Amino acid sequence: MAEQQPDKSRRCMLVAASTVAGGVAVGAAGVPFVASMLPSERAKAAGAPVEADISKLAPGERMTVEWRGKPVWIVRRTPEMLDSVRKNDDKVSDPASKKVMQPKYATNEMRSIKPEYLVLVGICTHLGCSPVEKFEAKAEAFAADWKGGFFCPCHGSLFDLAGRVYKNRPAPDNLIVPPHKYLSDGRILIGVDESEKGA
Amino acid sequence: MIKKIIAALLLVPALVFAAGDHVKLDQAPINAGDTASLQRGAKLFVNYCLNCHSANYMRYNRLVDIGLNEKEILENLVFSGGKVGDLMKNAMDPNEAKVWFGAPPPDLTVIARARASGDGSGADWLYTYLRTFYRDPARPTGWNNTTYPNVGMPHVLWELQGEQEMKADKVRADGYMAAVEKPVLAKPGKLSVLEYDSAVADLVNYMVYMGEPAAKNRKNIGLVVLAFLLGLIFLVYALKKEFWKDVH
Amino acid sequence: MATTKKEPVIINGAGPLNAPLGGLLTWVDQRFPMMSLWKEHLSEYYAPKNFNFWYYFGSLAMVILVLQIVTGIFLTMHYKPSATEAFASVEYIMREVPGGWLIRYMHSTGASAFFIVVYLHMFRGLLYGSYRAPRELIWIFGMVIYLALMAEAFFGYLLPWGQMSYWGAQVIINLFDALPLIGPPLSEWIRGDFVVGDATLNRFFAFHVIAIPLALLGLVALHIGALHEVGSNNPDGVEIKEIKDANGHPVDGIPFHPYYTVKDSLGVAVFAAVFCLILFFAPEMGGYFLEYNNFIPADPLKTPPHIAPVWYFTPYYSILRAVTEDFMKWLALGVAAYAALVVFTSRGCLSKIIAVMVAPVLIFLMKGPSFTLFGIIFPIEPKVWGVVLMGVATLIFFLMPWLDKSPVKSIRYKGMLSRWALTIFVMVFLVLGYLGTLTVTDGRTLISQVCTIIYFAFFLLMPWYTQMEKTHPVPSRVTM
Repeated sequence: MAEQQPDKSRRCMLVAASTVAGGVAVGAAGVPFVASMLPSERAKAAGAPVEADISKLAPGERMTVEWRGKPVWIVRRTPEMLDSVRKNDDKVSDPASKKVMQPKYATNEMRSIKPEYLVLVGICTHLGCSPVEKFEAKAEAFAADWKGGFFCPCHGSLFDLAGRVYKNRPAPDNLIVPPHKYLSDGRILIGVDESEKGA
Repeated sequence: MIKKIIAALLLVPALVFAAGDHVKLDQAPINAGDTASLQRGAKLFVNYCLNCHSANYMRYNRLVDIGLNEKEILENLVFSGGKVGDLMKNAMDPNEAKVWFGAPPPDLTVIARARASGDGSGADWLYTYLRTFYRDPARPTGWNNTTYPNVGMPHVLWELQGEQEMKADKVRADGYMAAVEKPVLAKPGKLSVLEYDSAVADLVNYMVYMGEPAAKNRKNIGLVVLAFLLGLIFLVYALKKEFWKDVH
Repeated sequence: MATTKKEPVIINGAGPLNAPLGGLLTWVDQRFPMMSLWKEHLSEYYAPKNFNFWYYFGSLAMVILVLQIVTGIFLTMHYKPSATEAFASVEYIMREVPGGWLIRYMHSTGASAFFIVVYLHMFRGLLYGSYRAPRELIWIFGMVIYLALMAEAFFGYLLPWGQMSYWGAQVIINLFDALPLIGPPLSEWIRGDFVVGDATLNRFFAFHVIAIPLALLGLVALHIGALHEVGSNNPDGVEIKEIKDANGHPVDGIPFHPYYTVKDSLGVAVFAAVFCLILFFAPEMGGYFLEYNNFIPADPLKTPPHIAPVWYFTPYYSILRAVTEDFMKWLALGVAAYAALVVFTSRGCLSKIIAVMVAPVLIFLMKGPSFTLFGIIFPIEPKVWGVVLMGVATLIFFLMPWLDKSPVKSIRYKGMLSRWALTIFVMVFLVLGYLGTLTVTDGRTLISQVCTIIYFAFFLLMPWYTQMEKTHPVPSRVTM
């Protein structure tokens, strides 16, 4: 049989086509592996929105629910508590909540959807301890003219009754307001917005 | 001579098919694509089975696969205040269950896969099992089952099927008449025989789905992959042929 | 700093890409033997040009090894190696991890595919005499890989913690129990407990995930290293290096790259199609690849009615079960007959001496007077002989290079006796394998016993029938 010169362009084309097709195959095969590292159903279920029943919450009281492993506080503020918030603008670092530590619907004076109910993630924005409630307006060791709010025992950060951080304290930011919505007057769903679908 | 040896050796495997304990199973008339059937089956499962059995690896919200949305699942299928993302657990203590039934009711999530055998698929077994309960005063629960003799489970669906009793029957087997005992309906239940069979088929259909929720996805992806690979084979074959023109 | 004067790397047909890419590769090549490795093992490794269908399975075995390691890594991200969580974690992977079901099925199908490919690969060796000198070491490394693979599969099978996992492990470890004196403490040491339990599961996990895979990778490197040192065999058993052209290359050889890289790519594509057909449409494979009983969580208190090892172990399992009390007299007779054969027909002095010394000892241990000494029961019980024979059945493959005394390598030029022997051996292997999946009956035991004798006869009589038969003349050049 006569020696034929190899058809270089055909070979080139076949090698290129096979490489591309093989690459597609390998790429497609990689998809389930990469996807397997995404949050599983178990992780998603554990992080699912949590319902809080606020119907029994008395004025001036606080309740705690767990969401994504974190404590979420719901405080039913009295008119006096709301008043103290209005008078506190000069003591806090970010009175107008300019830094995005809350959803749009909580970017207001009271940092909440309804002024009466404050919803906060109870984790200090300094290094992660959970502040204690100090709602009574009386002189305290950490502040002579304390009007009520939260005190973090770890490094002394202070937050007012809208979760706003006091000036000159270790914590840099206001307490986080989690996404939430009202299912009814007595039930709040934490972890989901008005715009999202909830369970 | 050589051919005879080969023939003899090839027949050897046939000798090996000695009689074993085989159970005759009815074929389960299920259609994995019938979402209405799957939904009816889910309803039966949650209402009749989940009291004693658990399905610890199945999440309620997975049922969006069979055409329900989360609200429907939560309202119709999740009892005792759980969340739609919860696993189908139950509260029965296995130690107490052992005392009551002789053995703790097994988890049912993958039962349709576990019950397969040479006699038939797991669906066939379950379909036959749920239709062959009969009254037996000798058993603690008052029920026995021809597919699973001396089972600890009572006939949970008895209200739907009615009550069967063992009746002697003459059957043609091996060329001559033999006397055989079969369960026969003695007291009818809420459903007719056909309706009950259909309900059991729905339940079994659901349990097959629950055993492997990814099955439908698996087959669909498989078709695409195989079509692609067929094309790839042709391409790589052309590549091989081209290069091997050099080799004589 | 002086760099070695190597030639710069030029990539054929890269054109303008040669400057950056070629430059980078040249930099690497000056610091790492990249080009010399490339040439020695790929572009200038001359392989026989007549490789046929049976030669696909080596590269396929490597592909499957990589597949098992990659899928294994991703499974390990979610699997929990504890007795209380293992079964649930597998279902978690199947149902809750995105794409988890696909990765699991790849791994389970891959395990069975590995053994199919490896058995076909070994069969090629038997067909063409790939184990003959100077390739004995390749064969030995390969056999060690086979043993490591069986261990890997055994350890891996416990991990799903189903009924079959648990009881299969229990039965196999109890085999070691049967060994006299050392048995019980050995089994306890392997298990880490009195019965198979959490301790066993955790250590089997360690073996399966890292210990044996590392060993396998090393062994595969040694296997291929040994192969490349000598050069590949071929279906005609002709040594291609004996006839070289003006350039010093074998006239019947072609460079592995591009000819076999391209051909093996085709092999991989076809394999992928068959693999995916099973993976997507029949991953359980009728209960052979994923056993039905394993969908029931392990229950130490409830033995399943029928325990069988996974299909790839069943031939050896059959041999184990074949050794009954009645069989012992046939075994003893077999040993006596074989010793007589060696004494009367062997040419060597040494083999006669060994036969005369070893045979009586074996017969004494098999069918001698019964007594107990130091806690050991004599004669050695059939169940111990079962374990021994099962082990020997696996290990006897090692001796192939020295059992095959034929003047020719390949079955193509061997005589009728060898062809019949190999054909019958394969049939017997398959029959034993099938019987191993079934329950024991008297009839099946008899068939297993006959097959066991034929199995060993294939090996033990090989020195005789390979020398007795009339072989065909071997060509000097390969035939396409």
